Amino acid sequence: MRDRFVSTTTALLDEDPRTAVVLADISAALFAKAAAQHPDRVLNMGIREQLMVSVAGGLALTGLRPIVHSYATFAVDRAYEQIKLDLNHQGAGAVLVSVGASFDGSGYGYTHFSPGDVALLDTLDGWTVQVPGHPDEVETMLRAAAGHDGRVYVRLSTQHNAAARPTTGRLEKLRDGKGALVVAVGPMLDPVLAGVEGLDVAVAYTNTPRPFDAAGLRELTAHTDTVVLVEPYLAGTSSRLIADALRGVPHRLLALGVGRADLRRYGSPKDHARWHGLDPAGLRAAIGGFVW
Amino acid sequence: MQGVAEKLSRLTGDEKHELSAYSTLDVLWVLYDQILRVAPDRIEDPERDRFLLSKGHGPQAYYAVLAAKGFIPDDWLDDWAGPDSRLGHHPDRVLVPGVEISSGSLGHGLGLAVGTALGLRAQGLLKPRVYVLLGDAELDEGSNHEAIAYAGAIGLDRLTAIVIDNQSATHGWPGGIASRFTVNGWTARTVNGRDHAAIAEALKAHEACRPHVVVATVEPKE
Repeated sequence: MRDRFVSTTTALLDEDPRTAVVLADISAALFAKAAAQHPDRVLNMGIREQLMVSVAGGLALTGLRPIVHSYATFAVDRAYEQIKLDLNHQGAGAVLVSVGASFDGSGYGYTHFSPGDVALLDTLDGWTVQVPGHPDEVETMLRAAAGHDGRVYVRLSTQHNAAARPTTGRLEKLRDGKGALVVAVGPMLDPVLAGVEGLDVAVAYTNTPRPFDAAGLRELTAHTDTVVLVEPYLAGTSSRLIADALRGVPHRLLALGVGRADLRRYGSPKDHARWHGLDPAGLRAAIGGFVW
Repeated sequence: MQGVAEKLSRLTGDEKHELSAYSTLDVLWVLYDQILRVAPDRIEDPERDRFLLSKGHGPQAYYAVLAAKGFIPDDWLDDWAGPDSRLGHHPDRVLVPGVEISSGSLGHGLGLAVGTALGLRAQGLLKPRVYVLLGDAELDEGSNHEAIAYAGAIGLDRLTAIVIDNQSATHGWPGGIASRFTVNGWTARTVNGRDHAAIAEALKAHEACRPHVVVATVEPKE
């Protein structure tokens, strides 16, 4: 996904004079060629993430379209007040593109994890949140985001599905079933499909959890009162939106995702997925236990 | 500046007002009266200079100058921070014409100013200059030092920072504030923050290929 982000953004720099890229050393080497072509619009701050987001705010105030990039934990967690004040409160927009996700850098440990990035952005107004499940989805998202001035967060990950899905902003039903509706976000789709094989549940996919497709959820739950949410970030991040969408409709919800505990373990992303119950076997056990 | 004094008393409701109570007043007046290429009828003009008030605390002098220069109507001053007022204890760019940034939380303006200067440069807008006003205590915020180091390293010469030094930083600035900037390649002038001619001269003393800082020293905060 990161390669596709770099190639698409490099093309956008060539095509659209409004596009600017703000970096804090992370991925700077991958943008070296683009920086040579567009020295005024590829800006590497050094290891200065507060400045990275503030500069994006300033660029946006002059009419440019900044694309800001770092590890999720540095771009969102560390620079949260800059996002809140130098983008939102200025009435400015930007495209934040992160890598690292919840535990992609598993060997680096907790300092490089950001399970809470989407929850943090949920405290702010007007963020579109996109969680691509495949590199092809990244390109679609970036090209759309470059064409307006809103606030867009694109959460890249090294975990991805085997096939790309369309980016529609809606919940896309992929499988019918009676027992429950399972909503899989971004790279959780393939583990969910493997985990529910042979179980009588419907599966829907989205790579755009914000704004959440409340109307779509109501339609897809017309014949079931049971919803399972599977997100690749903090468990329960979207529970509030499911509750809002189904207000007045009796329903049961199981919200699966990354746990809050600092596990203090390294290993691989696959290990972390298993420890958080997000591998096919863990998902199957949790979903089966809840639905039946 | 007599007009500003009148606006200030209207804003604060205080008949007896000491202009020296406002640490930023003289610098703001010199900026708007002599330096900035801004006007009420060109607040969206891409070619205008940008003035960013980073130190959003105590904005009375700022509002008074904006009113004196015609950016906001005088009657806005009568209900400062009231329920229907557009003028709060910290300024909001969405609510107040001519205000370039919303500020209040310290340590945000210099980074926004760097981004603004870079954005203007990238669009070939080489006439406008970006001015940002900070306080000496505000420099405690580490985010400023990210911006100072970066702007110096890239020689961002469309940028002028002004630091109002009323010696209010809890742990002070050993070696002086100017040196904190010059070590990163900025040009610097330190002036009496009440001397209009000296302030104007210092603001004009910027050079090519280097950002510029004016440290305006005023009476210590009581």
